[in-house]
Amino acid sequence: MQIYLPIAEVSVNAFLLLGLGGMVGLLSGLFGVGGGFLITPLLFFIGIPPTVAVATGANQVVASSVSGVLAQFKRKAVDVPMGLVLLVGGLIGSGFGVYVFNLLSRLGQIDLVVQLSYVVFLGSIGLLMFQESLRAMRRARSGAKRGKRHQHTWVHNLPLKFKFRSSGLYISVIPPMLVGVLVGILAAIMGVGGGFIMVPAMIYLLGMPTKVVIGTSLFQILFVSAFTTLMHAITNQSVDVMLALLLILGGVVGAQFGSRLGGRLKAEQLRILLALLVIAVAVKLGLDLLIRPADLFTLSMGGKA
Amino acid sequence: MIRWLLLILALCTVPARAEEVVAGLSQDSISITTSFDGSEILIYGAVKRAEPEPEGAQLGVIVTLEGPVGPVTVRRKSREMGIWVNTESVGIGAAPSYYAIATSGRLVWILDPIADVTHRITIPLAVRAFSGPIEVSDARPFTEALLRIREKEGLYRLDEGAVTVVENTLFRADFKLPANLIEGDYKTRIFLTRGGQIVDSHRAAIYVRRVGLERWLYVLSQEHAALYGLLSLSLAVLAGWAASEIFRMIRN
Repeated sequence: MQIYLPIAEVSVNAFLLLGLGGMVGLLSGLFGVGGGFLITPLLFFIGIPPTVAVATGANQVVASSVSGVLAQFKRKAVDVPMGLVLLVGGLIGSGFGVYVFNLLSRLGQIDLVVQLSYVVFLGSIGLLMFQESLRAMRRARSGAKRGKRHQHTWVHNLPLKFKFRSSGLYISVIPPMLVGVLVGILAAIMGVGGGFIMVPAMIYLLGMPTKVVIGTSLFQILFVSAFTTLMHAITNQSVDVMLALLLILGGVVGAQFGSRLGGRLKAEQLRILLALLVIAVAVKLGLDLLIRPADLFTLSMGGKA
Repeated sequence: MIRWLLLILALCTVPARAEEVVAGLSQDSISITTSFDGSEILIYGAVKRAEPEPEGAQLGVIVTLEGPVGPVTVRRKSREMGIWVNTESVGIGAAPSYYAIATSGRLVWILDPIADVTHRITIPLAVRAFSGPIEVSDARPFTEALLRIREKEGLYRLDEGAVTVVENTLFRADFKLPANLIEGDYKTRIFLTRGGQIVDSHRAAIYVRRVGLERWLYVLSQEHAALYGLLSLSLAVLAGWAASEIFRMIRN
C-alpha cells in the first residue's frame, strides 16, 4: 500500500515504514535505547530527504520516550532536579543545533556533518561499550571485584554546587548543564535522543547511580526532542506527521516485543550486541564517506545561499 | 443554416493556416490524495485541414508536459582530506520539476534544431539560465548531471514514437506521471510539424493539487507551523502513552 507523505513529497510503501519502525522499536526495546540513531540513517536510505528524516526522527523519539519515562516514574527512578538541569542545557543546545542545522543545509554541507557526527559519536561510543562489556564479561568469569566507583575528579571542584537527593550527589550544576547542551546539539543535528551519549556521561562523568540514570535521561530526552521537533516544524517546516505516525505505530509495538525478548538475554550479551550494532552503523556511514560515490553530483531544490 | 454557410465561407476565405491542431486532455486536474501512486494522462487530438494534405514533407506531432519550474542547486563532491565532500556548486535558475516529451517519430526527422531553440522543446533547452555568478570554470558537467539525475528518477523523459498518429489526422499520447509529483500547474504543449517546421501549436494546463488530508496537513505545516508542531507532538505523546497502556492491559 503506497502512501504519499505530505511534507517529504514522496510516495512510499506504508508497510515498509511500519516494518522499519517495528524493527527499530524491537531493537530499542531490546537494548533500552531510543533508536533515533538507527531510524534517521534508515530514512536517508529509503529516500526521505535528510532534513525531513532528522526532524521526523526527533518526533519519533518523543513517542518512544513517553512510554519509557512513564514506566520509570512509576519505579521512582527519575531524578527530577537533575533532569531539569540537564533539560535547561538541552534546550540551549537544541536551539543552537537547529540554527546550525538550518545554516548548514543552506550551505549544502548538512549531509556531511550529519554523517560525520554519526561516524564519530557512534563509532567512539560503540568501541567504548564493546571494550567495557568485554571487560565486564571477563570480570564476571574470573569473579574479581569492581574498583571503587566514587572517585574524586575535577568535576567535584567546580562552583554552584547543588544537592541532588535521588542521585545522592552534591555536585556543581555546570557539568550536567554542559552534558545537556552537548546532547541538545546532537539531538537537533542528528535527529537522535542522545541517550547513548548521556547515559555513559551520567555514569562516568557525573557519577550518578545506575538506577536513576535511564529514567533521568529519558526525562531529559522527552522534553529536548519535543522542543527540537517544535523548532524544526517552525523554522524549516520539515516534520512529516504522516511519516512519524507510521514509524511510531510500528515502533511502539516492536518495543514491547523487544523488551520481552531482552528479559531472556544476559545483560553483558545485550551490551555486546548493542555495541556491535552501533559500530556497524558507524562503519557503514564511514565507508559512505570514504568510498567514491557512484554519482559525484547531487541536486537540491531551491537557489544558492 | 445561413449561420453554417457563413461559417464555412469564413473558413474557406481566411485560410489562416493550412493545418491546425485541436486537442483535448483526459483530465485537466490531478488530485494528490494520501494513496496517490502516480497518475496517467491521455492527450488526444486531431489535425484540422482546410485543404488536402500537402505532399512530400513529413508530418510530426510533439507533445510536451512540463511541471512547475523552480531553481535547483547542483553540487559536486570531491575528495578532501580523504573523505568525499560537496565542494563546487552551480545554481540553475529555472528547471522544470518534471518534463516529458512524446513524439510521433525520431526527433531529428520531425523537428528542426532552430525551431527547437525558439520553442525550447527538447529537455536540455527546457532547463533555463544559471542563477547567480558561476564560480566553476566549466558549468556543463553540472547541467548534464541535472539532466542525468532527473532522467534516472523518471522526472525527465523523452519517448520517441510514443505519439500514435492515425491516418495523419488523429493522434494520441499517453503520459504516466510518477508518484513523486510536485504540486503546481503543469503545462502541456502540442506542436504540429511539417518537414521539421512548426505549423501550429496548442497549449493547455493540468492542475496538480493535494486534496483532503494531504492538503490540510501541508497548509497547516506552512501557515501555522507552531500549531502543526504541537499537533505532531501530541500525536506522538498520545501514541506512546496509549501503546504502553494497551500492552499493560494485555499483560494483566
